[in-house]
Amino acid sequence: MIALREVTKRFGATAALDAVSLEVPAATTHVLLGSSGSGKSTVLRLILGLTLPDRGTVSVDGTPVDVGTRDRLVARMGYVVQDGGLYPHLTASDNVALAAEAQAWPRDRIATRLTELAGLTGLDAAMLRRYPRQLSGGQRQRVGLMRALMLDPPILLLDEPLGALDPIVRVELQEQLGRLVADLKKTVVMVTHDVREAARLGHTITLLTAGRVVQQGTYADLAERPASPFVTQFLTAQTVPAPPTAAGA
Amino acid sequence: MSRRLALVLAGLLAGASAAAAAPDGVIRVGSKSFTESYILAEIAAQVIEQVGEARVERRVGLGGTGVTQRALESGSIDLYPEYTGTLTRVVLKDASLLTIDAIRARLRPRGLTMSDSLGFANTYALAMRADRAEALGVRTIGDLAAHPELRAAFSSGFLEREDGWPGLRALYGLRLARTDVMEHALTYRAIASGEVDLMDVFSTDGQLERLRLRLLEDDRHFFPDYSAVLLVRRELTERFPRTWARLRETLEGRLDDHRMARLNALVDLDGRHVADAAAAFLSGGASASTGAPARHAIVGEIAALTRDHLLLVAISVGAAVLLGIPMGILAARFRRAGQLELSVIAMLQTVPALALLMFMIPLFGIGKGPALVALSLYALLPIARNTYAGLMAIDRTLLEIAWVLRLGELRRLLRIELPLSAITIMAGIKTAAVTTVGTATLAAFIGGGGYGTLIVRGLALDDTGTILAGAAPAALMALTLHGVFELLDHWIVPRGLR
Repeated sequence: MIALREVTKRFGATAALDAVSLEVPAATTHVLLGSSGSGKSTVLRLILGLTLPDRGTVSVDGTPVDVGTRDRLVARMGYVVQDGGLYPHLTASDNVALAAEAQAWPRDRIATRLTELAGLTGLDAAMLRRYPRQLSGGQRQRVGLMRALMLDPPILLLDEPLGALDPIVRVELQEQLGRLVADLKKTVVMVTHDVREAARLGHTITLLTAGRVVQQGTYADLAERPASPFVTQFLTAQTVPAPPTAAGA
Repeated sequence: MSRRLALVLAGLLAGASAAAAAPDGVIRVGSKSFTESYILAEIAAQVIEQVGEARVERRVGLGGTGVTQRALESGSIDLYPEYTGTLTRVVLKDASLLTIDAIRARLRPRGLTMSDSLGFANTYALAMRADRAEALGVRTIGDLAAHPELRAAFSSGFLEREDGWPGLRALYGLRLARTDVMEHALTYRAIASGEVDLMDVFSTDGQLERLRLRLLEDDRHFFPDYSAVLLVRRELTERFPRTWARLRETLEGRLDDHRMARLNALVDLDGRHVADAAAAFLSGGASASTGAPARHAIVGEIAALTRDHLLLVAISVGAAVLLGIPMGILAARFRRAGQLELSVIAMLQTVPALALLMFMIPLFGIGKGPALVALSLYALLPIARNTYAGLMAIDRTLLEIAWVLRLGELRRLLRIELPLSAITIMAGIKTAAVTTVGTATLAAFIGGGGYGTLIVRGLALDDTGTILAGAAPAALMALTLHGVFELLDHWIVPRGLR
């Protein structure tokens, strides 16, 4: 379980997060929804320990994330960023294998795991020999996901993982991702600005704006019992409007 | 890879230690960088070889009095030809010393001594083109007072020394339209083409006759006596008494002005090799030499110099890589200390290369060792700077992911950061290597060898062919290295980045 209690994080004079609390029970997916600059990526960085809160606490499985614990806690997390965040000088398989190499896994164990992960993420195994720039956006994203899953961490932190993809690939990957994290029983925190993605993948959703929580709950809660007009505005802004009628004139 | 590095390190150490103490049974003969000094040094070297008491190491063409004198006092060379006037005025700084014995007594506490006069006096003199002097009616230095429109070009020593232009001008009350500093070898051309009217020369100068220059009479006897002598470390006379006795016997009083001018002309005008001129003197006749002209010898020499030069570049750039990359890494890790570190290296770069080489002499003597140290320091900046820039330019997210993947410091550096900066770092090494090929030609000024040997000699002998024989291969080497590094890029820069 991941928990934030009254967390405030400032960068200079502006508050990136202002008294944010949230809870993510094990084996559920929580979506951080909001427009860019709302502070949702900062939540992921706080959970990872890449940055520490000014006030409040962040805890993972009951242990507060701080200077002393973050090196240990990060071992339970996999991290995926937009467009994969792959190292351009390494092949896809080298990218995926990095963490296992650092843990001194034997070669054959790494190879077995690579095949397993390729199957899991639906990546053509032949693609593993390629360099990132030789892969499509969707393939890069799959490799990024494989890399995060390599050591089978219980927690996955996904920062706009599908943000750079065209709509068709995006929908396909959304479905795959939803099935995958459910099968593997991962605890997932995912950042997106895509309302449909949030509805499709999130057991629970936190809608953020300017560093503050606007509403938390299921998609149904947000859609049917909006806490403010802003919630409705945010949810409907991305739905496709009815086409203009020819008779309008 | 690591074996290659070890070799480079070993080479560097060997080069540095070779510059230290003189091994037994070796006499290091030095000279300044002008024809007469080369010839006298070569004569001394051949005499020492004939006696057979010690092996000879030639470290000729060191430059002016300052460098050569320091090389002698530090023990990097054991003897070189000098002039009494220079000794009293520049080295001992006491113009009241008039006799050889008086000078010798003053050299004693410095661990030095000298021979008697070799017979000729190479005094400073002013020269003009004969036709121009004729037209203006200039015969003596005193006559110059009537011609303030004249332009002079002097060697830098002459222009600044009290026994040179400043004293001369004061005594004769002279004023000239221009007095510029010019390398001696270039001044001959300038005076021949009429761009310059007046220059300082030595009275035994082999060029006087060819260029039809007239020596102006020193009617008020300003210029002191510049008798040639051999200046040596006293320990040489004690360790190799037979050699020293033979040197004195062969040389003292044996070279008059005319004979020396002939030997100089043999090299300067007839294009004979210095060794031939020396052999001609030792075999009795200054003009009976039969050796091949110097130009043929040069071709064979270039191969050896190429190896020399390549070694200078390879070792110094190798050392700069070993030092510069860690320095760049440190600068990127510790920002504030890093800025200080990079500023210090940048400051080193602002020291003119020749001056940096000169600073090395009191620390490491002369030869390859100090040249390598200076060249390495010079090559450091582009490598350290580019390593720093390359590391700083890496996307922060990629570094954070490395932390999340728990790669550890060393693995992150070797597997992620250095490969990602490879293009920038390689560019720095390439810059360092190509510029070092050029800078390394200056190593010859402190006896470091390489292509510069030919450039220094060519300048001293006023021989464009010899200068080009050194400069052209250096340019070719720079081009070749550039090409080699382009290929190396393909090998070192990770495929995914190209």
